[in-house]
Amino acid sequence: MYKILKKQTLAANIYLMDVEAKRVAKSCMPGQFVIVRMDEEGERIPLTICDYDRAAGTVTIVFQTVGAGTKMMAELNEGDSFHDFVGPLGCASELVKEDKESLKKKRILFVAGGVGAAPVYPQVKWLHENGVDADVIVGSKTKALLILEKEMEAVAGNLYVTTDDGSYGRSGMVTQTIKDLVEEGKQYDVCIAIGPMIMMKFVCLLTKELGIPTVVSLNPIMVDGTGMCGACRVTVDGKVRFACVDGPEFDGHAVNFDEAMRRQQIYKTQEGRAMLALEEGDTHHGGCGNCR
Amino acid sequence: MDVLKKVPVREQDAKERATNFAEVCLGYNMEEAVEEAARCINCKNAQCIKGCPVAINIPGFIEQVKNGDVKAAYQVISESSALPAVCGRVCPQESQCEGRCIRGIKGEPISIGKLERFVADWARERGIRPEGAKEKKGKKVAVIGSGPAGLTCAGDLAKMGYDVTIFEALHEAGGVLVYGIPEFRLPKQDVVAKEIENVKSLGVKIETNVVIGKSITIDELMEEEGFAAVFIGSGAGLPKFMGIPGENANGVFSANEYLTRSNLMKAFDETSNTPIMRGRKVAVVGGGNVAMDAARTALRLGAEVHIVYRRSEEELPARVEEVHHAKEEGIIFDLLTNPTEILSDDKGWVTGMKCIKMELGEPDESGRRRPVEIPGSEYTMEVDTVIMSLGTSPNPLISSTTEGLETNKWKCIIADEADGKTTKEGVYAGGDAVTGAATVILAMGAGKAAAKGIDEYLSGK
Repeated sequence: MYKILKKQTLAANIYLMDVEAKRVAKSCMPGQFVIVRMDEEGERIPLTICDYDRAAGTVTIVFQTVGAGTKMMAELNEGDSFHDFVGPLGCASELVKEDKESLKKKRILFVAGGVGAAPVYPQVKWLHENGVDADVIVGSKTKALLILEKEMEAVAGNLYVTTDDGSYGRSGMVTQTIKDLVEEGKQYDVCIAIGPMIMMKFVCLLTKELGIPTVVSLNPIMVDGTGMCGACRVTVDGKVRFACVDGPEFDGHAVNFDEAMRRQQIYKTQEGRAMLALEEGDTHHGGCGNCR
Repeated sequence: MDVLKKVPVREQDAKERATNFAEVCLGYNMEEAVEEAARCINCKNAQCIKGCPVAINIPGFIEQVKNGDVKAAYQVISESSALPAVCGRVCPQESQCEGRCIRGIKGEPISIGKLERFVADWARERGIRPEGAKEKKGKKVAVIGSGPAGLTCAGDLAKMGYDVTIFEALHEAGGVLVYGIPEFRLPKQDVVAKEIENVKSLGVKIETNVVIGKSITIDELMEEEGFAAVFIGSGAGLPKFMGIPGENANGVFSANEYLTRSNLMKAFDETSNTPIMRGRKVAVVGGGNVAMDAARTALRLGAEVHIVYRRSEEELPARVEEVHHAKEEGIIFDLLTNPTEILSDDKGWVTGMKCIKMELGEPDESGRRRPVEIPGSEYTMEVDTVIMSLGTSPNPLISSTTEGLETNKWKCIIADEADGKTTKEGVYAGGDAVTGAATVILAMGAGKAAAKGIDEYLSGK
């Protein structure tokens, strides 16, 4: 059992938890993820590692409620436990493997969208601890959904916040901020974009035009997360890759995003039904038979 | 009673079982088992033992069944096998023990598998367990993977007195026995979980949710956690796909994913939270046991199911019993047929599969006749789900994180067949991680050989 030591609501439907998981805390690196299960009947849910404390043996996760599984998870409190918490899974971020001196010369831009701020944070923090200041763009739909602003500010070189509706910081999508920064004369050697698939797609279209190599972190459907099921396959540069063992980071300019977005829809109908069942019990079974 | 024929085993009716996940084979009762055991002529030079990868004293246990002493029979089996209830159900006896049975020359061989199953079930129902070690050796051994190879190796080492910990990547122990083989062939709670309990009762500890190569490396296990030796039984790995156009369409799954959802995650049970595609018409590509398992699972989930295989029935790698059961249940076999493309609609969902008819040509390197395309024979099968069951390629997680552990050109871990020794001192390996996808019993045989190898290594230290 993996105990929840801290729970915090970051924004509506977005939660942060510190979970006791000694083995994961000891070995995880920025860029990797975990899979959790709430209870004995729970689904295996892949989650981003947002932070870790090796001494305390804890791992910080951040998640947004999107389906029945995460909704139930959001009801867990401090003192409760996850039945399973496995990781770290996937490969560590390419950045942390690079030579530190050459890294210091690099002009790095992070682009985080929505909950994507969570996986971006440990990378920026790691760079900061290693003497590298990176620029970070954090975008969210609206001010109320913005997360980890203060934490990010503490570790980023420059932090640029933008909201789609202009309720806070700059106004518009993250792509607009990238354009603005480049127009202001900023130059970048590499961009790391993490967020909703559609955001990563448009960031990549733009950075390709701008000639900035871009890394994305994909979160496709997964079952085991260790390379066994192949559910997470994505097409990168025309080749089939498994996000769980080959990724989750890939060259954003080579990812087939349209296919990846289509594949995320595979179980949407069934997930929707599970969500309805959770919210309404049996009442939604009108007996029409159409949804079977 | 016809002494040349097996006592028939009771099975669930084909029509009925095609709609449920309860076990197909019902097994022998006491009377039937004793009758079948009486057919054994107790050969002095028993060929059946030579056909068994873990060398169970087969005439020995059958003799006890004949006498009606099932407990004694169980003890005979337990000397050699940690998982008799599993093996009795999933071993390919026809090509191993039963394939060598002298009775089989003139008539049908002794039904060794069904007898083994009877004995194991009888013991389990009465709570009889194998006996553990009397003396402890005070040395720690790590076993990676809790599938058939790992459980066997761990069980044998524990019986010798070693302090054994199994590390399992998934949330549940059992490996392919829980994620791969379906409930209707191998019940999870009643059979697999109980056999694992038996291994634990020998003193074996199981730590789930540990991915070796990620959570911790083999070197760290040996240097920081005090394991004197390690056995790698991490299993097969990444599913293969054909590489044909359209393979990433929505509705194309690997058999591994399909079976893991249904078996490990219990998607077959309507109350489970795990989603699974319940297709209307499903094509399963491949002809092995895993293909049969996926096909029969899809059938039970309500689909019309076709097995699509590029060679003929004779070459099907699946066990004859599995093919027979699949046919009885209504699986349609489209043999000498090979998919060339998967078609999908504008939203990316599978609508069909283009296939081409094949004929058998000259034998290839495997000795089987090579299937050759018949020009102009292309046609389209309408399907909404395609399950690829083409085997697996090795998982690099362990080999890529362990210094000094060498792999062959297929990326399988190199290990000595006789004792499981790898190229790294103190590290042994066996099962699919070494051989590529094979059977439960071969993995068990390798686990057993490695346990012996590890004991010799640690005794000499």
